[in-house]
Amino acid sequence: MYAFDFHRPATLRQANNLVGKVEDAKILAGGQTLLPTMKQRLASPAAVIDLSGVPELVGIEQKGRNLVIGAMTSHAEVASSALVRAALPGLAALAAGIGDPHVRHKGTIGGSIANNDPAADYPAGLLALGATIVTNRRKIPAGDFFTGMFSTALDEGEIITKVIVPTGAKFAYAKFRNPASRYAMVGVAVGKKGSSVVVAVTGAGSDGVFRWADAEAALGKRFNAKSLDGIKNPAAKELNSDIHASAEYRSHLIGVMARRAVTAATAK
Amino acid sequence: MPKVSMTVNGKRVSADVEGRTLLVQFLREHQRLTGTHVGCDTSQCGACVVHVDGKAIKACTNLALSCEGANVTTIEGLANGTELHPMQAAFRTHHGLQCGFCTPGMIMAAIDMVNRLGYDLSEETIRHELEGNICRCTGYHNIVKAIQAGAAAMGGLKVAAE
Repeated sequence: MYAFDFHRPATLRQANNLVGKVEDAKILAGGQTLLPTMKQRLASPAAVIDLSGVPELVGIEQKGRNLVIGAMTSHAEVASSALVRAALPGLAALAAGIGDPHVRHKGTIGGSIANNDPAADYPAGLLALGATIVTNRRKIPAGDFFTGMFSTALDEGEIITKVIVPTGAKFAYAKFRNPASRYAMVGVAVGKKGSSVVVAVTGAGSDGVFRWADAEAALGKRFNAKSLDGIKNPAAKELNSDIHASAEYRSHLIGVMARRAVTAATAK
Repeated sequence: MPKVSMTVNGKRVSADVEGRTLLVQFLREHQRLTGTHVGCDTSQCGACVVHVDGKAIKACTNLALSCEGANVTTIEGLANGTELHPMQAAFRTHHGLQCGFCTPGMIMAAIDMVNRLGYDLSEETIRHELEGNICRCTGYHNIVKAIQAGAAAMGGLKVAAE
């Protein structure tokens, strides 16, 4: 790999100072995307600020009706957390399906959403759950946070510190995995809280995660997989086509995954 | 150059490294522990799996400096003198390797599996849990058998010791 400067703050305060001071720096969370990206020179920051030495960014707490998940909490920790499994088993299952066991030990929720890979799992999940992303400067609703492929509302020098996830929703995520990369070929997250339903689709959209309004309207009337019968799948022309799947196939998969997610969310 | 210190296989070690030095380079080139392999260098294959603070990770996708103060176990840290670790012994007994390139990562992944899921592992569980480790020779069949037997042997040792 090419040479770069390395910083490892021990507190969030030190991290804040560093992001303001160090030029052309990238924040390193679990590194499971950033390091391979740097090896390939798809990213080439002059400096890396590693947050793995900041313990205050790790952990899962129940605060009132919310789960508060530290940005540096690993996928393995979310997947195995008794709190998450009790309050939102669908979120624990989502985390358990990311990458492979070794990647899940390092990859973090904060890193995943800051990167906003168009085939990542967390963006769809957090959108459907109506989560709030907390940074060193402000709180951003998930609906405003994911702004397009690999793009977020984060400003220069802004650090995600935690994610607030409301509990009490019916929630599930169903993904059709690319068997080699284990990224979502199509993943659909469905969340229902009161009468409000969010259906968020990852892996398929040409501009990253998106909401499927027609499905939301149908499921808002009756939260059952059958409600999606007769609803047209999102148009192929808005979707990705690559060596793994054509846009038409992805369009079909959205309908299938959405039904599976609704079925899983209603099963108990 | 910044200095990094960590415990590797029970021994305190430190070295001056560059920011870009990967954990796997630190182990192989600075510590001469060449049992940890680099297969793909893109976090796909799992030949570089080691344990950091008790958890299996891919050493090609971690910076050495991120492991400051960590406790690292590599394949070299498993045997007790000339006596193989039960998981290593099971791979030998069940022919869980052909060329052997993926074996260090397979064994480290297998022990991590036991640490998380216990001694009684079903074939389905093992195959699912092995998705981060690639073998290009065996077709996995004997690896799965070896892990199942190695896990049971680890459990037996635990029971015998109690």
